[in-house]
Amino acid sequence: MSAVLFFIAAIGVIAGAVGVVVMRNPFFSVLALVCHLIFLAVLFLLLRAEFVAAVQVVVYAGAVMVLYVFVVAYVGGEGESIGERLHGVGNRSRPPGGGSALRVGGAAVGGALLVELMIALLGTGLEATGGDGAPYSPGPRTYGTPAFIGKLLLTRFLLAFELASFLLLIAAVGGVVLARRRGGLEEDDDRAALTPLDLLRPRGTGTTAEGVGRMTLGAGDGGGGGGGGVASGYRS
Amino acid sequence: MSIDWYLAVSAIVFSLGALGVMTRRNPLVVLLCLELMLNGANLALIAFSRMWGNGDGQILAIVVMTVAACEVCIGLGMIVALYRRRLPIDVDELRELQG
Amino acid sequence: MSTTTWGWLVLAFPLAGMLVTALGYRRLGAGESRAAGWIGTLAIFLAFVCAVGALISLQGHAASHRELVSSLWSYAYTSGIDARMSILVDPLSVYMILVVSGVSTLIHLYSISYMERDRGFVRYFSYLNFFVFSMLLLVLAGNFLLLIVGWAFVGAASYLLISFWYRRTTATTAGIKAFVINVVGDAGLVLGTYFIFKHTGTLDLLRSFHAAEHGAFGHATNNGDLVAGCVLLLVGAFAKSAQIPLHTWLPDAMEGPTPVSSLIHAATMVTAGVYLIARMHPLFERAPAAQDVGAVVGALTLFVAGTIGLAQTDIKRVIAYSTMSQIGYMIMGVSVGAYAAGLFHLMTHAFFKALLFMAAGSLIGAMAGEQSLERMGGFRRALPFTYACFIVGGLALSGIPPFSGFFSKDDILLETAERGGWHWALYGIGYAGALLTAIYTFRMIFRAFHGEPVSEARELEGGHLAHAEVPRNPATGEQEDTDVGFPGPAHAIAERAWPMRIAMGLLALGAVGAGLVQIPKADFVIDDFLKPSFATAGRYEPAGKTSVLVIGLTLGTLIGLAGIALAYRLWVRGGRDAEGRYPAAQAIWRRVGPLYELCLNKWYFDELIGALVVRPAAALGGFARDTFERVFVDETLIGGATGIVRAGSAAVRAAQSGFVRYYAALLVLGVTGVGLYFLLQA
Repeated sequence: MSAVLFFIAAIGVIAGAVGVVVMRNPFFSVLALVCHLIFLAVLFLLLRAEFVAAVQVVVYAGAVMVLYVFVVAYVGGEGESIGERLHGVGNRSRPPGGGSALRVGGAAVGGALLVELMIALLGTGLEATGGDGAPYSPGPRTYGTPAFIGKLLLTRFLLAFELASFLLLIAAVGGVVLARRRGGLEEDDDRAALTPLDLLRPRGTGTTAEGVGRMTLGAGDGGGGGGGGVASGYRS
Repeated sequence: MSIDWYLAVSAIVFSLGALGVMTRRNPLVVLLCLELMLNGANLALIAFSRMWGNGDGQILAIVVMTVAACEVCIGLGMIVALYRRRLPIDVDELRELQG
Repeated sequence: MSTTTWGWLVLAFPLAGMLVTALGYRRLGAGESRAAGWIGTLAIFLAFVCAVGALISLQGHAASHRELVSSLWSYAYTSGIDARMSILVDPLSVYMILVVSGVSTLIHLYSISYMERDRGFVRYFSYLNFFVFSMLLLVLAGNFLLLIVGWAFVGAASYLLISFWYRRTTATTAGIKAFVINVVGDAGLVLGTYFIFKHTGTLDLLRSFHAAEHGAFGHATNNGDLVAGCVLLLVGAFAKSAQIPLHTWLPDAMEGPTPVSSLIHAATMVTAGVYLIARMHPLFERAPAAQDVGAVVGALTLFVAGTIGLAQTDIKRVIAYSTMSQIGYMIMGVSVGAYAAGLFHLMTHAFFKALLFMAAGSLIGAMAGEQSLERMGGFRRALPFTYACFIVGGLALSGIPPFSGFFSKDDILLETAERGGWHWALYGIGYAGALLTAIYTFRMIFRAFHGEPVSEARELEGGHLAHAEVPRNPATGEQEDTDVGFPGPAHAIAERAWPMRIAMGLLALGAVGAGLVQIPKADFVIDDFLKPSFATAGRYEPAGKTSVLVIGLTLGTLIGLAGIALAYRLWVRGGRDAEGRYPAAQAIWRRVGPLYELCLNKWYFDELIGALVVRPAAALGGFARDTFERVFVDETLIGGATGIVRAGSAAVRAAQSGFVRYYAALLVLGVTGVGLYFLLQA
């Protein structure tokens, strides 16, 4: 019974993963990942990790992926055809060696990684992983229950717990900072908008406005250089 | 099923995620593939935790999920910022660190 | 004051003179002041006084203790070499410093008038003092190191003075030519020193000689290394003394001002080779093969130079070839072991040759800078004093008794004959050379002073010194000006400048009377004086058989007179035609046709050296520049090195592509690699 469930879940997991990598439309990739996450939760359950499975579904699939969906809907992103993916696009800049080289190379490296991991797992004759794991007996506070996890979190892993929450705070603040609008500049404004402050500021100091090329004070080095910075960069 | 099977699945998922990171051009999808890798690692952690019978792996898996959430937040924030500045949403185009 | 202190003072005064004139260039050069000239002359005069002091002090020592060494400090003391700043004061060096400083004082005096109103007046005296200092250093050197230093300095001073009028291309070319040939000699000298040092283990002269005398080179003569070392020293001597084949620089060196020719290229620098062989006599005595080389080259030079002098028309070049010829005598003399005779001729030659050059300078001044004999004639009445000096110098040079040249030249020839065997051939060549000497000397005198006066002479008889409206290079006729780097506008003649008269007069006295100190069989002042320096020389005693002596002396006189008579016949009695040529002489030249061409073209030595040495060297240089430097060094080595670095950095730069996916790929690759490592480990 558990074997059957395992195979269904495993196939689902792998199919979801393949879907994420292969799908053209980023939205479908997100959906594939959600699917993958849910099947992964099933696998977790099979491994008696009840709490983690629940967290996986509620937090990961429920919150993080929802965020993803929002952003994909907002940003969109372009789909790539298979042909594009293999051979790169004509007038779009591509990495030296052609897009295909990198794709083939990437596939090779990934394949190498997989082979190596398989060898590591199966070829080395590990014995401990051959069994079903430690003995398990159900109960209110056994392995995998929330109580079990909670106790661990608050005793042995207290520091990790606290640090993780700290990290979350930082991430939240960072996310807000990153995504906010800079004061004074409308995002649809394309004309050169100069404030007296901009005139006082030395040229070429690298504000994002300069970087994007919207701020040009004549054909000066700083503005021009800054403006050209995006596309031409530090080409030698 | 013995623990090996779960580890094999984990390896496959991880490799697929790595392949996706190296191959895709849309940064959103790259981040998704990054998530894949993290999930693969999570699965391995849970499997080993089951093997040993203590909860360490599970705690670590939870922490990994936390970190993934943070990272997603920041990554997506950056992508939104990029979009706002009308920069191309393509990792191949964003090359200002070119040396 | 001790003898060696006098020796140090002899060195100090010219050095001080040089520094004062060089550093005070601006102050001393203001206006047309001649202060620098007087300072320079005074410095050398003081050196002469100290040389006399050294002489007197030296004679106060016992005869066997007259080789005194004094060191100021140790310059380098490493790996068995102790190189000290030391001078050797012994009869030979005192003799040399007397001659050098004495003649130099008079030439400095002469130069004060000759170089008047030349823009480079102060620089001239600075260089001249530097030269005298170097020459004195050379002859006073107590070890090989200072000898080489003095040798090199003298070469440098010669270069500076030959190309004194540096805006004249001919002068700078001549200066470079002289310097390059001198450097060849320097190389020979240094290599020769090495060969000697290899066996004696010391740079000190006296210790070296002592080691040589006590078997450092084995007990047989003609040790390979010693012969090699001595021949290399001879190369140095030949370069400095303008012997064949390293002589081509001397005629060109006449581009320098006439006093410079007089000092450096007649009296002092060119005699450095003679001094070297005389100083190194313990080594040469043990390498008779080298001595033979020296004798043969000396004889060859004296003959060839004599023939060339017959055909030259530039008055200074005639005297230059005469110098070359006379130095050939000296070299021959010291090479056969007649040290006193050779050095005696050095002294008398210094007197009459310097006199001849000074007189030539006066004549050139009267000709307003023109140096060609073809334009000169009939200056007898216009320049009486100069004429008298020419006659005195000419008679001394031709070896007519009782002038000094007679005694010294015949002394050498007799000593050569004394050595017997094949040296009789050298004896014969010596007399042939004497005949040639008389002919070309009086050819020069008769052409310039006898016959119809030329326009410049007539002007001068009328009391007006000729003046060239447009200054020209006497050799090429190129137009010049009289500013810095070219000769000044003034031309000086002895009849009007008293410093010149005093200098020439004193030298004339020397040319006449110096022979009296070494009349054969009568007095031996030079011999006795120099004896302590040559205590270990074999066959130092003067010539033996009286009969040979008398025959030799008579023969010498007759040959000299015959030469003068022949010259008189051809260039005075033969008359001069309308175009200024001498028909009688022309007839003879025409008869020997190709020989005349040979002599006129200086035996084609310049062309020979050009083809053998200069052109291959230039080709090698061109090859080095075009092929080796360009292809190998620039493109391969440098280009290759930079190319590799550039390629490497380009490769590394490619890693910084800015593509995130590259970085990700690298990451994964790295992880795979690490995993592989651990996998293999387990």
